[in-house]
Amino acid sequence: MEYILIFISAIFVNNIVLSQFLGICPFLGVSQKVTTSLGMGAAVAFVLTLATIVTYLVQMFILEPFGLQYLQTIAFILVIAALVQMVEIVLKKVSPALYQALGIFLPLITTNCAVLGVAILVIQKEFSLVQSVVYAFSTAIGFALALTVFAGLREQLAFVNVPKGMRGMAIVLVTAGLLSLAFMGFSGVDGGLKILFGLN
Amino acid sequence: MNYIKILLNGIFKENPTFVLLLGMCPTLATTTSAINGLSMGLATMFVLICSNLVISLIKNLTPDMVRIPVFVVVIASFVTILQMIMQAFVPAIYATLGLYIPLIVVNCIILGRAEAFACKNGPLQSIFDGIGMGLGFSLALTLLGAVRELLGAGSIFGIGLLPETCNMLLFILPPGAFITLGYLIAIVNKFKKA
Amino acid sequence: MKKLESSITNMVIVLVGVALITGAILAYVNHITTGPIKEQAEKTLTDGIKKVMGGGEITVTGSDPYSQTVDGKELTYVIHKVNDAQGKDLGAAVESTTVGFGGDLKVLVGFDSNGNILGYTILQTAETPGLGAKAETWFQKDGKGSIIGMNPSAELKVSKDGGQVNAITASTITSRAFLKAVNNAYSAYKKSSAGSQNVASNDNK
Repeated sequence: MEYILIFISAIFVNNIVLSQFLGICPFLGVSQKVTTSLGMGAAVAFVLTLATIVTYLVQMFILEPFGLQYLQTIAFILVIAALVQMVEIVLKKVSPALYQALGIFLPLITTNCAVLGVAILVIQKEFSLVQSVVYAFSTAIGFALALTVFAGLREQLAFVNVPKGMRGMAIVLVTAGLLSLAFMGFSGVDGGLKILFGLN
Repeated sequence: MNYIKILLNGIFKENPTFVLLLGMCPTLATTTSAINGLSMGLATMFVLICSNLVISLIKNLTPDMVRIPVFVVVIASFVTILQMIMQAFVPAIYATLGLYIPLIVVNCIILGRAEAFACKNGPLQSIFDGIGMGLGFSLALTLLGAVRELLGAGSIFGIGLLPETCNMLLFILPPGAFITLGYLIAIVNKFKKA
Repeated sequence: MKKLESSITNMVIVLVGVALITGAILAYVNHITTGPIKEQAEKTLTDGIKKVMGGGEITVTGSDPYSQTVDGKELTYVIHKVNDAQGKDLGAAVESTTVGFGGDLKVLVGFDSNGNILGYTILQTAETPGLGAKAETWFQKDGKGSIIGMNPSAELKVSKDGGQVNAITASTITSRAFLKAVNNAYSAYKKSSAGSQNVASNDNK
């Protein structure tokens, strides 16, 4: 029940892009087409889950036992950067097809703040390893969902006659605002579920 | 290229927020009020100036292939130092900005300036570039924060200007961030063309 | 100076060097800021306690954790017992956490020895920005929903639920969560002071 709650809350209620503002760069940059945004979403889901597991273990077994919590930021970013490189190399060797599909998005993920953000958040929230994995995975699904829905909106936007000054990023941001407004409709749902599941 | 020109370049011509559209995450997330926007801008500026300086000093000592990892380590160290200093001396601001302080590491502006400017120019130019970009970013964040605070809470820097009945809470909430920035960029575009 | 070449030796030396130097600098900065960070955290707490106890000169005589079961879940409260400058028992400041609209809502409530509310402050909130900040002033003495001086022996409720407290405009859920935190703090305080006559200390870990 608890995991279902984390799942729903991370996808809809506290959507990583639309309410926590993490991963805005790829959200605005790689959302022209539904197909590319699906690829990006899949790549992020993969790396985010993997990175959260590794950084969680680094925190629990290296940083905390030695009292090195202050090195958290530096350790996590290096782990993520190294991991992304490794995933790229492994994918290239093991599954060229998957590499073809996700490859071009991988280098972009290192600077996706959603990855580092989630890694730090699960430590702050004092989640267990399983909770962290569920949270990371659901967050990534939320990211992919927001990205895909937004790409769908932008594809339609191409047919619209936009006022001159609003063309380009301006209208894109306003559209994102409206999407974020729509997602606000979910706020409070997690509280209701908590009561429903008797976790409050 | 003289120093004033470098400085103004960051504030106007290549303003990181309104023109280059870099560092969107903190821009949208921390501008719920003018003071929050300003603090985030200054925090980023600190890291930007320090990392620009150090990177321009060590640029000849770093082999090209390990350039990016070295830059990232330098930036991350300054972010960590900033985190500790803020925790020690301004804990209230640190608590408000929270997660977005460590996330300065992945702010594209900083690595972007390291790559595009600091590793090609001398230390003094790099410092000025850091100040210029930092000011441009701070100004943009403060402006965005002020507009959102005015529309959403009827005040700027906590000074009440509008009666409570005029408050549109929406502008402090996440959607307001996107919408306000969208319109500000539209206004900037308008001026650029004129 | 010429740029170093990307040979393996150079790369290894540079990476190790950078790691060592930054490690040393960070360890040093960490060493000098640990003290101030700890002081700040303590200062925030004592300032908070002082504020909720009426703002006079006080000494905290002891801080004990106390656990009680609320709605089937065990929650931990921290009770800071407070004396005034003359050593007279003033009451206690209680840290209490509930689930609000957006996440945990942590408040510090000051009670006199009869359980009347002296003051409160919000320690941590994940409520909608703007509304969460409103809770900091709304229930204070000059606020629209003042709870100062009330005694939660009869549970405090928002007027919508048939209670006596005005809820924050447009955020009933936050107001309910806030009052629940206050009520729980009160019962933790009452139960612990009743219990402490029989049991010397509460080592509820």
